[in-house]
Amino acid sequence: MTAVAEIMDYDEVLRNFDPVLGLEVHVELSTATKMFCGCANEFGAEPNTRVCPVCLGMPGALPVVNGTAVESAIRIGLALNCQVAEWCRFARKNYFYPDMPKNFQTSQYDEPIVFDGHLDVVLDDGETFRVGIERAHMEEDTGKSSHVGGAAGRIHGAEHSLLDYNRAGVPLIEIVTKPITDAGERAPEVARAYVTALRDLLRSMGVSDVRMDQGSLRCDANVSLTPKGSTRFGTRTETKNVNSFRSIERAVRFEMRRHAALLNEGAEIVQETRHFDESSGETSSGRRKEEAEDYRYFPEPDLVPIAPSRDWVEQLRGTLPEMPWERRRRAQEQWELSDEELRDLVNAGALDLIAATVDAGASPSEARSWWVAYLTQRANERGGELASLPITPEQVARVIELVNEGKLTHKLARQVVDGVLDGRGGPDEVIAADELEVVSDDSSLQAAVDEALAAQPDAAEKIRGGKVQAAGAIVGAVMKATQGQADAKRVRELVLAACGQQ
Amino acid sequence: MSTISRDEVAHLAGLARLAVSEEELEKFSGQLDVILDAVARVGEVAADEIPPTSHAVPVTNVFRNDEVREGLSREQALRSAPATEENRFRVPRILNEEA
Ligand SMILES: [Zn+2]
Repeated sequence: MTAVAEIMDYDEVLRNFDPVLGLEVHVELSTATKMFCGCANEFGAEPNTRVCPVCLGMPGALPVVNGTAVESAIRIGLALNCQVAEWCRFARKNYFYPDMPKNFQTSQYDEPIVFDGHLDVVLDDGETFRVGIERAHMEEDTGKSSHVGGAAGRIHGAEHSLLDYNRAGVPLIEIVTKPITDAGERAPEVARAYVTALRDLLRSMGVSDVRMDQGSLRCDANVSLTPKGSTRFGTRTETKNVNSFRSIERAVRFEMRRHAALLNEGAEIVQETRHFDESSGETSSGRRKEEAEDYRYFPEPDLVPIAPSRDWVEQLRGTLPEMPWERRRRAQEQWELSDEELRDLVNAGALDLIAATVDAGASPSEARSWWVAYLTQRANERGGELASLPITPEQVARVIELVNEGKLTHKLARQVVDGVLDGRGGPDEVIAADELEVVSDDSSLQAAVDEALAAQPDAAEKIRGGKVQAAGAIVGAVMKATQGQADAKRVRELVLAACGQQ
Repeated sequence: MSTISRDEVAHLAGLARLAVSEEELEKFSGQLDVILDAVARVGEVAADEIPPTSHAVPVTNVFRNDEVREGLSREQALRSAPATEENRFRVPRILNEEA
């Protein structure tokens, strides 16, 4: 083991070096079936229950390409402003690893289905940064291994490993950026913003679940440093296992600081994969890449080439939904947001959720209020993102509707939302289970009003004398007596009526 | 035109996880040379305008509908495995040879 490398102060890194980034993102498509066989593509099924001779690599089994996966690949390429190949092939990438039962991965080599595009990424201050896309190609995911006998399920020190092949053969799209050379001090932020923008884009297209926590969106970050004034890229490292947006930013920043410290001492950067540790925020050495990887790619003989006709490509272009950046522009206009307000909503990951809530029938201001205030608070308490809260925009819209109909007070509405977040069903189910509906039955309310007036004769007298603002105390007492389940507006009407003020 | 060296054969054997003895390395590099020479003769007749061919039939775009089809039961899938544990395939230590 080498000693833990010193790291350089970030400002000093920037005074001496220019960072170069390359980001490889793997996206699992949310097709019904796998890439080359009809097994269900499903997260979380019982181990080895979504397998067949093809995805288990049994002798003689023949793959057939999933047409929907090809469509998704082309659509992703179009959304990323890429060219679509006129003709391309699959290739075998040969290596041995137990998570890959065929002993090769069916992938694409020098003929990716889409190439040469870009994605415009909005940074935290609203500035747009263009990230070039080198290519995106189709391939298949591997099985999932768990390691037995090592510390905390780690592969190091494990005695043996167990394989579940449900994920083997799930369609993957690998999206590779061109080298990002001009991000400078903002390189870590650009890396985070790019993957976030890609996630938003893929989610709006409905081609993937894009859940970093479940591995349906994975990012490998290549980092190297070029000394100021030089044009040659330095040796790069590839950090894997980065599974949140924030971690991408931290990992890139850490690698920049580590490389700089080593280069400063005259040491060499080892070309290797590195693992990011969420808790320490540091990377550690993984597999060395001493020899260039030798995968002996060759064209896949069992699959015929793909030649997307231009008609088909144009037809697929027509299926692209409104892109997130278009949606943002439209939201800003329709909801009359300032640039800062828009940026805050985007950074909070709230914009698409609010838009979907508006689409489900809520007013923009009510939708915004729920997502930005109460739900953001709940998300923070859970330490997660807004989008991963277990409540849908439709459910939020339903709660808003019930409030507007007077069936829920704001207090009750929050209780209903909490019930949904706790996994107790939709709003209507929570209301029914907890009997949360507003008490608007006048006879039971009248009794409570009479009681409150009798208990506070001074206030009652003032109201009778025309000081209607004194009604607040009586309304408060009734709300307390009904445990917040009464419709406050109706209570006020009853109080005023009882005192001859209506 | 001898094209493959002994070292290359050893390298390929390593990649393919084949235990090849010293004598076999000698023997195989000679045999592989003969094979490569034979295949290389194709290049003598292929002119620049002939694209490399990977598939013998001029067929493209063979796709399957994205519909789930019944696969193997877990019992069937695991039946031929040398070892299983917790309904998974059990394999020997992975990092052995790389460590
Ligand atoms: Zn299968």
